[in-house]
Amino acid sequence: MEEFTYRGDATVTRPESLDASATDAWVDYVYLRDNPAGPHKEHWHHSAGCHAWLVVTRDTRTHEILAVEFAREGS
Amino acid sequence: MAGAFWEKVYEPLIRRSAGLGRAADTADPDHYEKTNAFCDVLVIGGGAAGLSAALAAGRAGARVILCDEDFRLGGRLLAERDEIDGQPALDWLKAAEAELMSLPDCRILRRTTVFGVYDGGTYAAIERVNDHVPVPPEHAPRQRLWRIVAKQSVVCAGAIERPLLFGDNDRPGVMLAGAVRSYVNRYGAAPGRHAVVFADNDAAFRTATDLADAGIAVNALIDARRDPSPAAQAAAESARAPYFSGAAVTSVRGALGIKSVLITDMNGQNQQFDCDVLAMSGGWSPTLNLTTHLGGKPAWDNGLSALVPGDLPPGMSVAGAAAGKFSLDACLASGEGAGAEAARNCGYSPSAPARPVAKEEAATPASPLWQVEKSRGKAFVDFQNDVTVSDVKLATREGFRVPEHVKRYTTLGMATDQGKTSNLNGAAVIAGLTGRYIGAVGTTTFRPPYTPVAIAALVGHHRGPDFRPTRLTPSHAFAKERNAVFVEAGAWLRALYFPQAGEAPQDTVNREVATVRSKVGVCDVSTLGKIDVQGTDAGTFLDRVYANTFSTLAVGKARYGMMLREDGFAMDDGTTARLAEDHYFMTTTTANAVKVMQHLEFCQQVLWPELDVQTVSATEQWAQYAVAGPKAREVIAALLDSGQDISNEAFPYMAAGSFTVCGGTKARLYRLSFSGELAYEIGVPARFGDALIRAIIEAGAPHGIVPYGTEALGVMRIEKGHAAGPEVSGQTTAHDLGLGKMVSKKKDFIGRFMGERPALTEIERASMVGLRPVDKDTRIRAGAHLVPKDADATASNDQAMSPPWPTRRSSEAGSRWRCSPAGRSATAK
Repeated sequence: MEEFTYRGDATVTRPESLDASATDAWVDYVYLRDNPAGPHKEHWHHSAGCHAWLVVTRDTRTHEILAVEFAREGS
Repeated sequence: MAGAFWEKVYEPLIRRSAGLGRAADTADPDHYEKTNAFCDVLVIGGGAAGLSAALAAGRAGARVILCDEDFRLGGRLLAERDEIDGQPALDWLKAAEAELMSLPDCRILRRTTVFGVYDGGTYAAIERVNDHVPVPPEHAPRQRLWRIVAKQSVVCAGAIERPLLFGDNDRPGVMLAGAVRSYVNRYGAAPGRHAVVFADNDAAFRTATDLADAGIAVNALIDARRDPSPAAQAAAESARAPYFSGAAVTSVRGALGIKSVLITDMNGQNQQFDCDVLAMSGGWSPTLNLTTHLGGKPAWDNGLSALVPGDLPPGMSVAGAAAGKFSLDACLASGEGAGAEAARNCGYSPSAPARPVAKEEAATPASPLWQVEKSRGKAFVDFQNDVTVSDVKLATREGFRVPEHVKRYTTLGMATDQGKTSNLNGAAVIAGLTGRYIGAVGTTTFRPPYTPVAIAALVGHHRGPDFRPTRLTPSHAFAKERNAVFVEAGAWLRALYFPQAGEAPQDTVNREVATVRSKVGVCDVSTLGKIDVQGTDAGTFLDRVYANTFSTLAVGKARYGMMLREDGFAMDDGTTARLAEDHYFMTTTTANAVKVMQHLEFCQQVLWPELDVQTVSATEQWAQYAVAGPKAREVIAALLDSGQDISNEAFPYMAAGSFTVCGGTKARLYRLSFSGELAYEIGVPARFGDALIRAIIEAGAPHGIVPYGTEALGVMRIEKGHAAGPEVSGQTTAHDLGLGKMVSKKKDFIGRFMGERPALTEIERASMVGLRPVDKDTRIRAGAHLVPKDADATASNDQAMSPPWPTRRSSEAGSRWRCSPAGRSATAK
């Protein structure tokens, strides 16, 4: 078991509207992800530790971790 | 027939002649272990450069780990007759090793190869603890896997000598010059009686001096370089052997072992020399593999005719021969410099170096020969995979011009040595054949592991039942006493059923079910995930994570809840009780306990941090038992301390509350039923779990109570029509499971919007149904297919999922969304 669990893209925001016009936004939120080469914000869970969700800024080319913030305070 | 002939005759023959060996068919009998280590400076390689680096860093106060794959430190110092500070190098080596061992924070790992570089300064190393003894001592591991996290690393991995490519260069007795010197200088073993040295670099001709000094005749020195080298000439003089520059070995005589070589000098004249050992050297390739594991590309150094490290991973430096610094003095200097710099980067202040000095030999530049153009016989490039120069020629004729392609066509460099001696020679042959400059041909990518690593070493002790921790329920000891058959449920071991003497499994399950239906039974349900949810916004929070509503639930009541994923499919279900205005107690399925907890934490911390709510897993804090059957109330009532009322009026269906049992032990009681019978779930702090199950059995004895396992639990939930794991499969919606009415239309919740997509709500979707057998003697097995009465048992008549099933509907509706009626037949009973 590893200390952290990876979830994925932290840049997507859950739509607030339940209106039919929000369909594209919901499909974007649930299914579509960018795949950037470079710094990327991702959600990681400190699952074998304090159970905090973290926003980790990672360079996808080098795996370098550039910044880590608590998700609770991040957005 | 042809297939059988291939399998029985050809393939074994080919495998045998290719030396492919046989896979072991028994479990690895040895122990392996894994460990972690942390340091400031990791020095990889314990030769002259590595020792200097470790000393420089260690003297500055840095925490140092020094790894070397040999059982003795020293690297090439052990195989050469060098001098350091005017003294034999071995004296310096002894002193350096002693000083390192006296440093407080220096760990020396011998027989240890660093084989991989990973993110964040993580290095993997394999220590061959007991490979050198026939049978490891009892309780001692054969190998140990190290995960080392280092702030800085200095790669002093040295260099690997390259063979020369000429006909019959694989004859026994043809060996690398460095290997010949190791035999003579390190082990005191004579590799032959009379030798010839064939090389294109000065260092290799030292072999002649070393051999002569050891009393082994040297018959000729063959230098591939056109201009005579003074150093090589001096070596020839000391060995009293003829020296030929601009010459090459063009033929090797001797079938089973080398007897003589034919050389062609620069004038094209042939001459024969007897020898039983031919020391050859095509120069040295820096061992830069570790520098490329994170994607760095090696660079071609024209002056050295070698690939040297290019971009390095963060925190890594390279010294000594691995950096292309081949002379001993350069190794000592670069090791010292890199070690001090690494310590400085960790915040230490190394003092001005007083480094040891070795005599710098005046060397004639190496001028790589690569291959002898005209020679007789097969010239091997890859000695392990039997790839010859002519194989590479064929590959280029077929149009493969890139090393990666030639590699796959010929298997060059694909053996367990991963091309350590052959890659560059292969690239040189390709360059020559395609008229390109060798630096432009490139090389293949080096990936971990640097050296073969047994899978067992990566696994360590996590084998068989120790693959992961086994979680035992609070009633495990009780169940074992009752001869329970256990089943793995995730990491848990749960009682499957409790057989009595002479009972067949099906009879046991039938008896357990019948007893619950007619009397009373008890089942450990502690494995269900339990999550405590508290806060003034707890109700709002649950409304958002459940498809149904919980904020309206009365205190002292429980409700069945369905959780969806954000894409609208069912994720998990369970009952959640409201214990106080701001306090809920949630249960999840056993399988999804961890996942749901993580999901709730995500919702709480990321989606709605503004809500005043906290969640914590309480799965292990509570032992919980389901007591089910017509006599359940009597059993529970007997456990309760006096003055507590659980009559139907006082404690109706779906009631939840706190009580005390067995003389003051706090307990929580829920009137839930998974079986359809009158039933309670009773929870006590886990440390009382064993006592409680025994108290329940005692209280239930007058009513004929039996413990029942998960098999009976499953039978009864199917009879009741409850969806569970096989149906909540990630491919079904609440509607599919017959729970569509639960889904709220009044609020937003996880999965609300996507769950309303037409394809997820359409009437033709598969739905969960129960089956009632007409013929009760024929068993319906899980996974059985249903066909209409008297219809042929063909796929098109199948009423549940089978290949044509989704197509028919999808083509009609033009739907992009497919679903699977998983569990439809499994539900049938």
